[in-house]
Amino acid sequence: MTTTAPVPPSDASLSRPRPEWPDATGHFGPYGGRFVPEALIAALDELSEAYEAMRVDPAFLVEFERLHRDYTGRPSPITEVPRFAEHCGGARVLLKREDLNHTGSHKINNVLGQALLTKRIGKKRVIAETGAGQHGVATATAAALMGLECTVYMGEEDTRRQALNVARMRLLGAEVIPVTTGSRTLKDAINEAFRDWVTNVETTNYVFGTVAGPHPFPAMVRDFQRVIGDEARAQLLAREGRLPDAVLACVGGGSNAIGIFTAFVPDADVRLVGLEAGGDGVETGRHASSITGGDPGVLHGARSYLLQDAHGQTVESHSISAGLDYPGVGPEHSYLHDMGRAEYRPVTDSQAMEAFALLCRTEGIIPAIESAHALAGAITLGKEMGPDALLLVNLSGRGDKDVETASAWFGLAEHTAPTDGDERAVEEGRGGEPGPPLGDADHTTVQDGDAL
Amino acid sequence: MNSQLDTRIGAAKAEGRAALIAYLPVGYPDVPTSIEAMVAAVEGGADVVEIGVPYSDPGMDGPTIQEAVDVAVRAGVGMADVLSAVSAVAAAGAVPVVMSYWNPIERYGVERFATDLAAAGGAGAITPDLIPDEAGAWLAASDAAGLDRVFLVAPSSTDARLAMTLAACRGFVYAASTMGVTGTRSTVGDTAQALVTRTREVAPDLAVCVGLGVSDGDQAAEVAGFADGVIVGSAYVRQLLDGHGPAGVRALSEDLAAGVRRR
Ligand SMILES: Cc1ncc(COP(=O)(O)O)c(C=O)c1O
Repeated sequence: MTTTAPVPPSDASLSRPRPEWPDATGHFGPYGGRFVPEALIAALDELSEAYEAMRVDPAFLVEFERLHRDYTGRPSPITEVPRFAEHCGGARVLLKREDLNHTGSHKINNVLGQALLTKRIGKKRVIAETGAGQHGVATATAAALMGLECTVYMGEEDTRRQALNVARMRLLGAEVIPVTTGSRTLKDAINEAFRDWVTNVETTNYVFGTVAGPHPFPAMVRDFQRVIGDEARAQLLAREGRLPDAVLACVGGGSNAIGIFTAFVPDADVRLVGLEAGGDGVETGRHASSITGGDPGVLHGARSYLLQDAHGQTVESHSISAGLDYPGVGPEHSYLHDMGRAEYRPVTDSQAMEAFALLCRTEGIIPAIESAHALAGAITLGKEMGPDALLLVNLSGRGDKDVETASAWFGLAEHTAPTDGDERAVEEGRGGEPGPPLGDADHTTVQDGDAL
Repeated sequence: MNSQLDTRIGAAKAEGRAALIAYLPVGYPDVPTSIEAMVAAVEGGADVVEIGVPYSDPGMDGPTIQEAVDVAVRAGVGMADVLSAVSAVAAAGAVPVVMSYWNPIERYGVERFATDLAAAGGAGAITPDLIPDEAGAWLAASDAAGLDRVFLVAPSSTDARLAMTLAACRGFVYAASTMGVTGTRSTVGDTAQALVTRTREVAPDLAVCVGLGVSDGDQAAEVAGFADGVIVGSAYVRQLLDGHGPAGVRALSEDLAAGVRRR
């Protein structure tokens, strides 16, 4: 009798040729690297080495593919959205449906990889930072699945904005620690997680949620997320017989964007467009557009574009979307920007919410507010590129977590009638004023044939 | 190269004691009071003052230091204030060394920082989130300006990293005594002593100072038993946070200064 070890599929994402960057020490041109206390270098080296060994280990590849398929539900489908596309200047719009993944966003792709890595290096506890709560939920999920202890740091401001996800993490057995230092958002949650890691590094692994942070996180998280673009590229070739003209994704730290971009980087004719959170508008200073409105510096362990003042202090970011409300961006995006391979554009809160409502009304899909930034980018880019353009949009997550924010913005719930003095609506809307209700005459794009 | 830190720590050693190194951030509770507190630390017996540059994301500091630094960041304290503090500490007779996360220095301009720091009488800088691997610009600028540069070593540093880091240091090396962030603790730990021993084996001529966790004269005496310098931060800041002002800082310095002489 012969038994053969399972063989990983030859087209596994992690086995594909990687971009030439970063270099061996984690530099993407002038960006990236490691700006961390020496006390963390041994742990980062351990992670780098273990990861490089793991990514070519057939047993790991088989297990990773199995989890993608049986647990997450990969491959995620492509959905064409013609009624939405009517508002995009005649372009065709295809969505990559990361919102249909288990736990509701692309974050699970990365977390399963890092959780397997945690087990491989023999650590029993994971920590994570989270903004919108999606990475925290994904980490808590993987920890439950693999029997790891889990602590999630979340800015106190975000625990309020994303209360549903706090409850989800606790249901999954994770400890959620609200962070009350600094601006009480994602950047401070990352600081606290790094503090925990420096202190408990012997027992604890830091499961980082995006393509930022010190080497090896930007490269490793990219590798775990590139499955999005690898699948999408093959799916488009199969159903359209061609590549898209542009690939769009929202950019917070940048993991879903790098995830869908990577497969297309060598396809010079495919435009790669990252949509940053423009908040109230980049010109107002209240935004989270690190590349459009920031400049290079060092934050959270790497050199990249960031929002900073004349003294090099990180400036607080602003966005209706907790997942994009971060003053930095992954170093690979800075590099792709400088070399002109990808373009980055801001999308304001109101543009994002308009696109959010439009997808709900025209296609019956409630997107995450993060992903709605990419949808808003498609509306603008479609109009620029004209009819026949084929746009691929990464729908990075679903909007269940955002229902409360959206109700407040649009004044939908009974108790959040959009009167001027409604404090709750004002607070949740975050722009100072709640947005106009759906059906407001200003929002003609939403109204076209889609009356409430 | 003539190193202010090496000279001062060497002088303490010649007296048969360890040097006392006091950390205080510029701008808490305000710039003038923070400078008064630094001068008080010197009057109480500090040999070296680590002048902290306020930073919005001090990932290596515990809640005590972060609380004070947040106030300074919100008040817009910057490098000009830091340079005034450097001059004041030099005038008070101690060696001023700047302690800064990397981004404020990069933002100010690495060469400009080195030139201005040297002109103000500063010895050099301690850079907690800059490892020598990433420090090309700073190595060049500090050489050109004749400044000391202090990098950190940790119990988890491999022998190879230890050797590389010690070779890049000038003035002293900062041994992080326990794994973790700054903040007072009840015991400093044996790991510190083991780390000091390892650094001495590799670089016998480089002073090694121990930080992270010392809060009183007794602990200072314990660390002075095996290190060339004792670094105290959170305990000084605590004096200011608790409203004891520069007088409280002076009193703490006196206790610690007696400690480093006790061994
Ligand atoms: C659905 C969704 N999309 C995007 C993001 C932003 O992260 P990144 O830019 O790393 O994809 C988040 C972060 O929480 C998210 O939940």
